[in-house]
Amino acid sequence: MKARHKRLIFVAVAVAGVGVAASLAISALRSNIAYFFTPSQVLAHEAPNQRVFRLGGLVEKGSLNRKHDGLTVTFTVTDMVKSMQVSYTGILPDLFGEGQGVVTKGRMGNDGVFYADEVLAKHDASYMPPEVASGLKTAQAKGMTKGISKMAESK
Amino acid sequence: MIPELGHFALILALTLAIVQATVPLAGSFTGNRSWMAISRPLAYGQFTFVVIAFICLLQAFLTSDFSVAYVAENSNTLLPTVYKVSALWGAHEGSLLLWATLLGAWGAAVATFSHNLPQQVVSRVLAVMGMIGIGFLLFMLLTSNPFGRIFPAPPQGRDLNPLLQDPGLAVHPPMLYMGYVGFSVAFAFAIAALMGGKLDAAWARWSRPWTTVAWCFLTIGIALGSWWSYYELGWGGWWFWDPVENASFMPWLVGTALIHSLAVTEKRAAFKSWTVLLALFAFSLSLLGTFLVRSGVLTSVHAFATDPARGTFILAFLCVVIGGSLALYAWRAPQVSTGGGFDLLSRESFLLANNLLLTLFAALVLLGTLAPLIYEAMDWGKISVGFPWFNTMFLGLMPFLALLMGVGQLSRWKHDDTQRLTRELRIAFILSCILAVVAALPMFSDDHWYVPLGIGLAGWLVFSHLTGLRDHLKNKKGPAAWLADLRGGGRSYYAMLLAHLGVAVFIIGITMVSNFGIEEDIRMSPGATKTVAGYRFQFDGVTSTTGPNYQAQQGRVLVFRGDKQIAVLKPQKRKYVASRQVMTEAAINAGLRRDLYVSLGEAVGDHGDWAVRIYYKPYVRWIWLGGLLMALGGVLALTDRRYRTRAAGKPAKLPPALAAARS
Repeated sequence: MKARHKRLIFVAVAVAGVGVAASLAISALRSNIAYFFTPSQVLAHEAPNQRVFRLGGLVEKGSLNRKHDGLTVTFTVTDMVKSMQVSYTGILPDLFGEGQGVVTKGRMGNDGVFYADEVLAKHDASYMPPEVASGLKTAQAKGMTKGISKMAESK
Repeated sequence: MIPELGHFALILALTLAIVQATVPLAGSFTGNRSWMAISRPLAYGQFTFVVIAFICLLQAFLTSDFSVAYVAENSNTLLPTVYKVSALWGAHEGSLLLWATLLGAWGAAVATFSHNLPQQVVSRVLAVMGMIGIGFLLFMLLTSNPFGRIFPAPPQGRDLNPLLQDPGLAVHPPMLYMGYVGFSVAFAFAIAALMGGKLDAAWARWSRPWTTVAWCFLTIGIALGSWWSYYELGWGGWWFWDPVENASFMPWLVGTALIHSLAVTEKRAAFKSWTVLLALFAFSLSLLGTFLVRSGVLTSVHAFATDPARGTFILAFLCVVIGGSLALYAWRAPQVSTGGGFDLLSRESFLLANNLLLTLFAALVLLGTLAPLIYEAMDWGKISVGFPWFNTMFLGLMPFLALLMGVGQLSRWKHDDTQRLTRELRIAFILSCILAVVAALPMFSDDHWYVPLGIGLAGWLVFSHLTGLRDHLKNKKGPAAWLADLRGGGRSYYAMLLAHLGVAVFIIGITMVSNFGIEEDIRMSPGATKTVAGYRFQFDGVTSTTGPNYQAQQGRVLVFRGDKQIAVLKPQKRKYVASRQVMTEAAINAGLRRDLYVSLGEAVGDHGDWAVRIYYKPYVRWIWLGGLLMALGGVLALTDRRYRTRAAGKPAKLPPALAAARS
């Protein structure tokens, strides 16, 4: 009986410990996840204003600009429907390039510029971040009618 | 012709694996000795044929036979020979072949070094390994044939991913896979024991050395991978909580729990069901890791859709292995007698608590790794889990783990009392508290409060283990007695000391590098200097140079300490000819107490200015040194006499695990 009690205590402590740890972990997870958005979604105010999120798309050709300190760069990320300015201070990854897919992580500034503190590029040059690929597709599907009307206007 | 030979060899290996998985197993239940006896020759046969296939693919790489699609995609005539060899396991199909080859090797090793085991056990173990072999060979033949041809053959190959053209990464996958696949032996022993319904101390003793060998390989594999990413990815991180890394870390955590739990099962016949469960999970996680990484599913659920055949096969295989083994467990485990009882305060309890912490951590890592998949599948949005979360989990659990380690190694089996433990550990506790307080002084800690925590815990580990050592040596007076102890059964004790010391070294390493590391990204003109952590870095500009299959921009950075020049660092920015891929090659001045790390960003402006990364990484080597010490501890444990002489009455063969480690 006594040994059984002791074992019960051990089990109770273990279960309680694991439970507490797991619930802490899950609540911490919620505040640590970063959602992915395309420029179209951000401009439609779907992205959170105060939180870190990931913005992805293609780097627009000819949009890469370097500030005079040499380390701050700005570029435009587009999903072929809408575009957004991104600012980043630091060294860009090897695989970063104009016309290529990119995922950046950061926050929106009050000036409408996305301030990234991380720029992700994958190991493989032919790799297109899957979020970007599907983001481009949906953005294009949604923006198709608009795009066409725009083209008509420009003509 | 030769690639077809390799393909044919794979088919033959599959045929042998099918026989190996069925006939000896049937024999073990019907008692047919000749059916059981064929398991060994079949294991050798399977090994021979996968090795033939392996050599055939190797030959295709060495001769740059670009009519083989896999070679054309991953090699190039300009590629140095060493990397032509390592390119074999540079991508999906080849790494599966490496897996199958190593599985064959482990099977052959079990067949060779199991002569002191009952025939029934051997045939069941080899049958289970045969089943795993079937899974892998079928997967390869049905969906990922490395010998597939393309017509017409391209004149030149696409080249190996430049990131993988590195000596560290050439050996990293084989080491890691030796670990992954090695857990299949522990798994097979567990399944065999469940089939026989006989889980006893003997079973634990048989599977212990095999598990330890696998764990050693995995430890070294992970340490190598971490070291590689540190110097090769060009930004000085040593662990990113990347899914690929997590995939190797989860089996390691469960494997670590397993080797401790096996110790309890062997010595006290307790925790039997738990140990079996860990053995099942260690291998299941290895499988999950291999597949998750290789299928690309972790980057997106949609990667599955790009090759549905592979995805479906993987899912089915995982379901069969995990579901099947758990079902067998659920059916058999309730019949397993509970072993030796123990008190709340005993070594068993401490080991169990640490086991729980390790598995809990593994479960959390699994959660964090799979969370993006779960969110996407549930249509909750596309997310990524930031590495701060993983760090928080690690920091939340590690202190408890270290505290328990210190007490556990000193406590007695079955029953201990509070007074004795407090008396023994009082001094160690006070000393480590003093160390923590000293480390907390502003002049040392620089107001990072993790510093006293890390240093205090490392101190606690060292002091408590020294107390344990004094306890261990109490009755062994004089060097002669000590030597006899080291030569005899005490070796596993010293192995434990060494491995746990590795943990202390590891903790010091991560504490120092995370709190005192300095990272500077700056723009430098030729001739400019920058002082980081008391070292003066002088940038001498960039010149062009060429390598065997790349062109490079090579920087020259002189490092001064005071007036003395201590190093010339030559970081490179390479552009590979075939793939047009750009790669940063960092230059490192390594030392036991600090690394100086310089890498090139990109050219800025027209006057030869470059964006340069200058990192100061104190004690970063201690992280890998810690891993190495843990693995060395494992190797020392394997040489313990227990594994050589317990072959009840039979003449001792080579120490099985040691010999396996050599092979």
